[in-house]
Amino acid sequence: MSPEYPASLHRRIDEVAALYPKKGAALLPVLHLVQREVGCITAEEERFVGRALGLKPMKVREVVTFYSMFLRRPIGKYHLQVCSNLSCSLLGGGPILDYLRQKLGVGIGETTADGRFTLSTVECLGACEQAPCLMVNFDYHGQLDREKIDRILESLE
Amino acid sequence: MEEKVLTRHFGVEGLFRIEVYREQGGYKAVEKALKQMTPAAVLDEVKKASLRGRGGAGFPAGVKWGFVPQNVPKPRYLCVNADEGEPGTFKDRYLMNHNPHLLLEGTIIASYAVGIHAAFIYIRGEYEAVALRLEAAIDEACRNGYLGKNILGTGFDLDVVVHRGAGAYICGEETALLESLEGKRGHPRLKPPFPASVGLFQCPTVINNVETLSNIPFIVQNGAEWFIRQGLPKDGGTRVFGVSGMVQKPGIYELPLGTNLRTIIFDYAGGMKDGKQLKAVIPGGMSAPILTADEIDLPMDFDSLAGAGSMLGSAAIIVIDKETSILDVLKSVANFYSHESCGQCTPCRIGTAWINKIVRRLADGEGEQDDIDAIIRLASNIKGKTLCPLGDAAALPILSICQKFRRELEGYLSHA
Repeated sequence: MSPEYPASLHRRIDEVAALYPKKGAALLPVLHLVQREVGCITAEEERFVGRALGLKPMKVREVVTFYSMFLRRPIGKYHLQVCSNLSCSLLGGGPILDYLRQKLGVGIGETTADGRFTLSTVECLGACEQAPCLMVNFDYHGQLDREKIDRILESLE
Repeated sequence: MEEKVLTRHFGVEGLFRIEVYREQGGYKAVEKALKQMTPAAVLDEVKKASLRGRGGAGFPAGVKWGFVPQNVPKPRYLCVNADEGEPGTFKDRYLMNHNPHLLLEGTIIASYAVGIHAAFIYIRGEYEAVALRLEAAIDEACRNGYLGKNILGTGFDLDVVVHRGAGAYICGEETALLESLEGKRGHPRLKPPFPASVGLFQCPTVINNVETLSNIPFIVQNGAEWFIRQGLPKDGGTRVFGVSGMVQKPGIYELPLGTNLRTIIFDYAGGMKDGKQLKAVIPGGMSAPILTADEIDLPMDFDSLAGAGSMLGSAAIIVIDKETSILDVLKSVANFYSHESCGQCTPCRIGTAWINKIVRRLADGEGEQDDIDAIIRLASNIKGKTLCPLGDAAALPILSICQKFRRELEGYLSHA
């Protein structure tokens, strides 16, 4: 049985696909829409997106596996992505990551047992003036120190 | 204090809203271009202005537009490169966040000059808040007659779509961007043919960086001669420098092209943070070869940086202090390119991964005697042997670090 996707998602996909001269060009934005709805892109979503845009599932997988923002399995409610690039590491990105690992009790790429937090490292987020920085889902947080991390985590609980 | 151009009104509350933007003189350049100038006259003015591409390559924007064939029975496209993935770079985020209508105004004028009726803004997926701001600005521009059908009653049509990337540095490379925009993996294309003749959906395409296009309204309004006076004869206008790393005041500084690098770091960005000592500077985003502390008395323009064996690139200045180990810098660089190599060309795919492994071994204190030479050999075998500039972007900074800081790197070997 294939899962039911809401009618609103079907409608959004059609709207987005109509913006491009060729439907297949809407693949990245449509994958973003589906991931937002479902949480990740499994083989099921690959088939669904392929049907919606007239693409073979393999074409969809090629793309899903290329781009780091597409997730192939579910993650925690909050995705904490700590920048590991140069400007952030110069200003203490490493110790920030260590602090989060210790505080959440997980390693990089892991999710807390309660399913709330997934911890990752990420390449440059384009917020180097706020180094060290991290992203929580789509929200940027900069000039991080331990106290600020504590406050961010509290606000998410 | 130098005259700011692109960031002049950044302090104005609500500049991102169309009515505030118009109060500051916004959209007057579109009126002038579409109502008083022919497309050829706009193109000519941009050519004369010596506006060089702000994404990193520094190619003259007007010349690029001029390459687009006008006699082909196909649509033409404009792609705005808002992928901004070069480590150290954050200027386009500021430009789009504070002044989205300036980018749209430049986009409209560029499209008019080249005869384009569909533009895509390819923005990195992480910049979701910025993408939403651009979409709101596009809605406002449509409602006010600056986008859509029959713009300002002139008969010119243009639609702009914001397209979100999904986390891949390579998509900032123009042909990878096109592939990605077509819904594929970001694998760069072989050039020629160049995008100007065979680009998006096999149609003639212009690809310009956000900052490049944001300059266009000022060239149209004030003329090419004025624009050149803001910078240098062969390199017109200002540059939005992004300073990060170990400085007092990290941030963006819009200054004339040719401003001295030392001045930018020590005067504008407030000098070293917490009294630390300068060790090295990466002057143009991570792809730019590193400069030592005594190499920074340099005018920041494309030709001067090239002459000094580095590059202006995206004008992102990363400042490194003496307490930072050069091995940590090398680790960041090696890890980044190994992660971001698209995998298409063997020298880059294998070379960056191999270099990264050796650098990690060095960092773990298990370096072997010929490791530095091995890194140099591997990087030399990437340089010039790949389809796209990512290969060089990886090899050149790595080579420069190994050459300029060899003694320090050898110190890590002797501990092994």
